[in-house]
Amino acid sequence: MALDSQAKKVFKQVGTRPRRPDGVDKVTGRAMYGADATAPGMLFARVLRSPHAHAVIKSIDASAALAQKGVKAVVTSADFGVPEDLFIRDVQDNCMARGKVLYDGHAVAAVAAVSDAVAKQALKLIKVDYQVLPHVTDVDEAMKPGAPVVQQGRTEENVGPGFSENVTTYCEFGHGDLVAGFAKADRILERSFKTAATHQGYIEPHACLASVTSDGKADLWCCTQGQFHVRNVCAEIMGMESSQLRVTASEIGGGFGGKTTVFIEPVALALSRKTGRPVKMVMSREEVFRATGPTVSSSMDVKIGMTRDGRITAAEAHLRYQGGAFPTGTVTMGGQSAFAAYDLEAVRTYGWNVMTNRPKEAAYRAPGAPMAIYAVESVVDEFCQHFGLDPLDVRLMNAAKKGTRSSYGPTFDAIGLIATLEAAKAHPHYTAPLGPNQGRGLSCGFWFNFGGNTCVTLNVNSDGTIGVTEGNPDIGGSRASISLMAAEELGIPYDKVRTIVADTNSIGYNDITDGSRVTFSVGLATIQSARNAIKVMCARAAKIWGIDEDAVIWEDGAAKPSGPNAGDFEPMTLAEIAAVSAETGGPIAGHHEVNADGAGVSFGVHLADVEVDPETGATKVLRYTVFQDAGRAVHPDYVEGQMQGGAAQGIGWALNEEYIYGKDGRLQNAGFLDYRVPVASDLPNIDTVILEIPNPGHPYGVRGVGETPIVPPLAALSNAVSRAVGVRMHELPMSPPKLLKAMNGKG
Amino acid sequence: MKNIPVSTTINGDPIEFLCGPDETLLEVLRNRLGLTGAKEGCGTGDCGACSVTLNGRLVCSCLVLGAEAEGGEISTVEGLAAGDALHPLQQAFIDHAALQCGVCTPGILVAAKSLLDKNPNPTETEIRYWLAGNLCRCTGYDKIIKAVQIAAEEMRSA
Repeated sequence: MALDSQAKKVFKQVGTRPRRPDGVDKVTGRAMYGADATAPGMLFARVLRSPHAHAVIKSIDASAALAQKGVKAVVTSADFGVPEDLFIRDVQDNCMARGKVLYDGHAVAAVAAVSDAVAKQALKLIKVDYQVLPHVTDVDEAMKPGAPVVQQGRTEENVGPGFSENVTTYCEFGHGDLVAGFAKADRILERSFKTAATHQGYIEPHACLASVTSDGKADLWCCTQGQFHVRNVCAEIMGMESSQLRVTASEIGGGFGGKTTVFIEPVALALSRKTGRPVKMVMSREEVFRATGPTVSSSMDVKIGMTRDGRITAAEAHLRYQGGAFPTGTVTMGGQSAFAAYDLEAVRTYGWNVMTNRPKEAAYRAPGAPMAIYAVESVVDEFCQHFGLDPLDVRLMNAAKKGTRSSYGPTFDAIGLIATLEAAKAHPHYTAPLGPNQGRGLSCGFWFNFGGNTCVTLNVNSDGTIGVTEGNPDIGGSRASISLMAAEELGIPYDKVRTIVADTNSIGYNDITDGSRVTFSVGLATIQSARNAIKVMCARAAKIWGIDEDAVIWEDGAAKPSGPNAGDFEPMTLAEIAAVSAETGGPIAGHHEVNADGAGVSFGVHLADVEVDPETGATKVLRYTVFQDAGRAVHPDYVEGQMQGGAAQGIGWALNEEYIYGKDGRLQNAGFLDYRVPVASDLPNIDTVILEIPNPGHPYGVRGVGETPIVPPLAALSNAVSRAVGVRMHELPMSPPKLLKAMNGKG
Repeated sequence: MKNIPVSTTINGDPIEFLCGPDETLLEVLRNRLGLTGAKEGCGTGDCGACSVTLNGRLVCSCLVLGAEAEGGEISTVEGLAAGDALHPLQQAFIDHAALQCGVCTPGILVAAKSLLDKNPNPTETEIRYWLAGNLCRCTGYDKIIKAVQIAAEEMRSA
């Protein structure tokens, strides 16, 4: 759907900041999250997890557990089939190990019992005989021939020789003549980087309540970013028809990509089927860390050539991402995004996805992009320091713009990178004075954004109010944005609209809440639904007035004759038309179904001031400003919220967060005490500047905003640290001991 | 292990319950009393999502045994509003978009109220350190801190 031609139109409601519809529920404790549901006769389930990074399961003996009073069932992989579809098989095998455990924390059995305490007790009575195998958790080690092989036979044909079987896929992007490009450079830098795996860190652990009945129907309540995806995957694993498995998404306590797949739902369904009772399953925080998806860890080489006045002549990157014990595709997005901010004549990226004995990676906010862009933006900053160039000027000189052939293929339409760079340059933050041990860094960020399958119903109630039914869990205020767009289009007040997220039997298929797609796609479908409803309402008014449908227009929430020739009738408001709908043809509704494209990419620039404690190596963020193109900020509060929240996650990634594995291949910091996410006292205010360069692919110009903001903090902080203490870190996180060591070693 | 009878006052109401000797106050609130506003984010006292007050003291209810609440006064997020009237903190959180997913919100509201009960005029730094035990992964804390400041100001001028 293209941008409305009257793009300059004045919005009456879009761009305002009304209260969110789920606000009262969420401040009073009434909102129902995954673990908050109960059902009559409900059992409690717990999962037994592997203590080994890699082992053959020789046998599982659950007889003692089953003999325990109050234990109702045990399931293992023997209770599941072997799906033909490889994707489904991987999902299932990740939920319940089949034959081998592939990582510390991999599920091997699950118990349902009358209480959580009995279930926990029963886990201790299950005897698993393991034959421990050699393991590998580091990406570079895993790629070497002779490395322990996590899974055999998963390597795609285009992976060249010289690697272990852990390397599953290879990709390559770019254009132009690299040799000629590098020959034009005044200086070439080649640098290597590593980033640790980080976890999405949503505060709500995975939880579900499954109820399978003896006639083959099932209901599943769970916290997920995509109830339809859960429905499809679980129905296939359980051998059910989609219509018989109704999945309801609870309120979701954070996801950030980590709730785009299933970890416990098929197991809870299997236990419910086996016991004939509802089964509730809730993960502990330790389980969340050990057995759900963190992001990839990476090892990367970047080579860039630059002229002394700051023009990039050629650029290439080699990216190696490990995504845990199953094949993943994340390096593709790293390869595509690494140089997206730049208009380059010669650019190439090469990427390898690698398996290791770690939990299967799940999407995490702009998956694949933050680490690649961190490496690129670090090298660009080193050039700026070397040549004595202003880092914003260098980015402006090389910035991608409308018409740029992107480094991953497509030619950009209207994009906001230059506008965000100019806004950063004009902002007082950029020229504010700095003290000793302080430094200022910056980085560009990018995300593709996504549209996808979307289905919306908009019902006009007979009292003149509106019910919008959509199918995407509300991660950060999207119900407010959807209601705003419906109200805008219909010309009625925001509080006359209530938007709900429906279960899988109440509306057609919707893709997962991911790719920053919801405000864009669901918004687009809502606007079109409203237009379809308006068409019906105009027809009803025409019928009442006895004039031609085409002679009626919609303005300010009312049907009006299109001009004096159409007749002299008082406008009929939405409420007036709705009130008599039974006499004019029945209920009024608008629908729209679409596989939306035109999402419109999003660019951002972050400025970060840090101070490094020379005695401890601890980095404190003093000031932080986010500049980002939102296309059109529908509800600016929640656009800012995405920008601030993404920045905070990126700051954690840069400074503290990491998965730490011991030599035994076990995760050593599976809790919030040792995996330290930023707390309130770690952070300054995070200032935001929203740019609005309308997306040509949306009627109001909306772009997704959720993912881009996690990208720039990694390099922005590393660049700031290098300017504060004269040490360039090539590894994240820049935790105090690592930074102190580097500072002491610079000699 | 036999259950223990416990008498408490929760949000002003006399409440009696039975609980196991190893059952946490959080489990009692959520599983026995239907007060699911307090959330379990970690079960180890690291995230603050289960924050309640016990005899006026801010605690992680996952680190308190149900049996320890005998004779005690407990306040949870469910008791923050007076009927239909939201507490100024609750209103400020809605008005100033201080929540996204909302799962940390009950704990943060309880913790923030506990701060304002002791210190009606906290500095930004005091708010940030007081709330350092309450993890929020969505907001970057910015709007939370501002909402607490706004609510504090409103409560002082009320």
